[in-house]
Amino acid sequence: MSLKYASADVSALMTIAGTVRKQALRMVHAARLGHPGGDMSAADILTALYVGVLRIDPANPCWPERDRFVLSKGHCSAALYAVLAEAGFISRESLATYAKPLSQLNGHPDRNKVPGVEANTGPLGHGLPIAVGMAKAAKITTAAWKTFVLTGDGELQEGSNWEAAMAGAHFGLDNLTVIVDRNRLQQGDETERTMSLDPLADRWRAFGWSVREIDGHDMGELVETFASVPFVPGRPNCVIAHTHKGRGVSFMEDNVEWHHRVPTDAELKQALAEIDRALERQ
Amino acid sequence: MTQKFDCRSAFSEALCALAEDDSRIVAVANDSIGSSNLKAFRSRFPDRLVNVGIAEQNMVGVSAGLANGGLIPFVCGASCFLTGRALEQIKADLGYSRHNVKLCGMSSGVAYGELGPTHHSIEDLAWTRAIANMTVIVPADPAETASAVRFAAAFDGPVFLRLSRMPVPAVHPQDYNFQPGKAVELRTGEDITLIANGTMVCRALDAAEALQERGVRAAVLNMPTVRPIDRDAIVLAARRGPIVTVEEHTTIGGLGGAVAEVVVQTAPVRMRILGVPAEFAPTGSAEFLMEHFGLTPRHIRDAALTLMA
Repeated sequence: MSLKYASADVSALMTIAGTVRKQALRMVHAARLGHPGGDMSAADILTALYVGVLRIDPANPCWPERDRFVLSKGHCSAALYAVLAEAGFISRESLATYAKPLSQLNGHPDRNKVPGVEANTGPLGHGLPIAVGMAKAAKITTAAWKTFVLTGDGELQEGSNWEAAMAGAHFGLDNLTVIVDRNRLQQGDETERTMSLDPLADRWRAFGWSVREIDGHDMGELVETFASVPFVPGRPNCVIAHTHKGRGVSFMEDNVEWHHRVPTDAELKQALAEIDRALERQ
Repeated sequence: MTQKFDCRSAFSEALCALAEDDSRIVAVANDSIGSSNLKAFRSRFPDRLVNVGIAEQNMVGVSAGLANGGLIPFVCGASCFLTGRALEQIKADLGYSRHNVKLCGMSSGVAYGELGPTHHSIEDLAWTRAIANMTVIVPADPAETASAVRFAAAFDGPVFLRLSRMPVPAVHPQDYNFQPGKAVELRTGEDITLIANGTMVCRALDAAEALQERGVRAAVLNMPTVRPIDRDAIVLAARRGPIVTVEEHTTIGGLGGAVAEVVVQTAPVRMRILGVPAEFAPTGSAEFLMEHFGLTPRHIRDAALTLMA
């Protein structure tokens, strides 16, 4: 059983995150659909989790003692599948089938078809309640595994998240960590112009969560933060990861248009070259 | 007078008995400890009752997570809120995800009577049976309720158990064994078939008795599983003669709809679908509303006679 822990080399993780970005862009380009802005935003977080932190076993994806991860922002499936390929859950070749007829790799993840996926997400505001149930199950059965869930920031406008936030604190789920991909953009506009979320950290604290705000693209900080939960015994953990939508591609960064725009051939070429140059500078 | 039972007691006793033997069984509630008859469960298994407060969307999501963590959640709440408020969670987190969760919709149909249409749950069969991977069961009496609870615990997949608070007489023997997807012929008859489930089964039996007095031999099928529906039993009935369905549910998309979908595609035969018409109920007790909407043995008898005329 090859379990991976936080000791994984940060530089190697950064290289993998670069690969994930490139694969996700190729997939979106080939499929002519997807959510590349969010894929780029979440690539470092997903890599830190699946390759660096989670106690999981690609050879035994249903291992009962595995850590659980839920991608609540299920539309960022291209980045998720690319990470699952890097982590060994699915083959790299299978990524070429993304969103093709009868592919296991649907536009939103299906746990019954893709090993390493725990819940069929897509509708927003579903992941955190499911994660609360997972963490509660571990408490009831006195199991050691931990639960992580990644939400978008815009998706926190769904009320179900706050029902779950109350429950997570009420149940004292210190084995539960919510990571907010705080890129400040949603489909149509900035979150603060659409339906404001700030003061976001104060809101989570008011709900009884222990909050840390970090740079969501600093691989060392991501791994160290995720590996150090619980921050406070008896309290659920909230990591507000400050990120940039489209991170790694100059013309996509912080640009709301790239929520679900598909790159042209020339744009893809430029994007891949930019990501490669960043990896070389690393 | 025939003894009548509130099936929530049978539900609660069966759940506690199962929980005694299987530590994976947990109850999930939305503050509905009393109305779901969970007080005994709470006192016997306090650490295995997950009360999320008044938050149905979260309740169903949490139950999916509990199932993912290896537990078998029985999620209890008034059927109107459990299904209506959390329908997208039922579709995505349970049906599509195939999480092993048992939804227990309490006080379904028009049982809440005077509390009004907000509390009536007459759309829940249409909603849940449209969702792939769901098994939808409407027990008719205490024995069937207990047996269906045992089936749900043993079955790996999402189940919706639609329970009532309206007292009903026993229509099955104590040792009755619920078979998923199978109708039960409670009375044989060659002229017409009455198909019912839940609170309507005893009324269909009384209607068949009344038809006998008019010289009409009516068969009565209890059809507790609405999804998957018992196609063979329906085709057999349709080849014999006309069919009347009876349900404590809107006439759109429930038991009658499920039966009609089979009938028109296999053995077309004349049908009547009895239930709550497509309108919100006026003020009145559950019994009043049954009378108002024609869900009594007399009305069922008359519908059958009209159909045969």
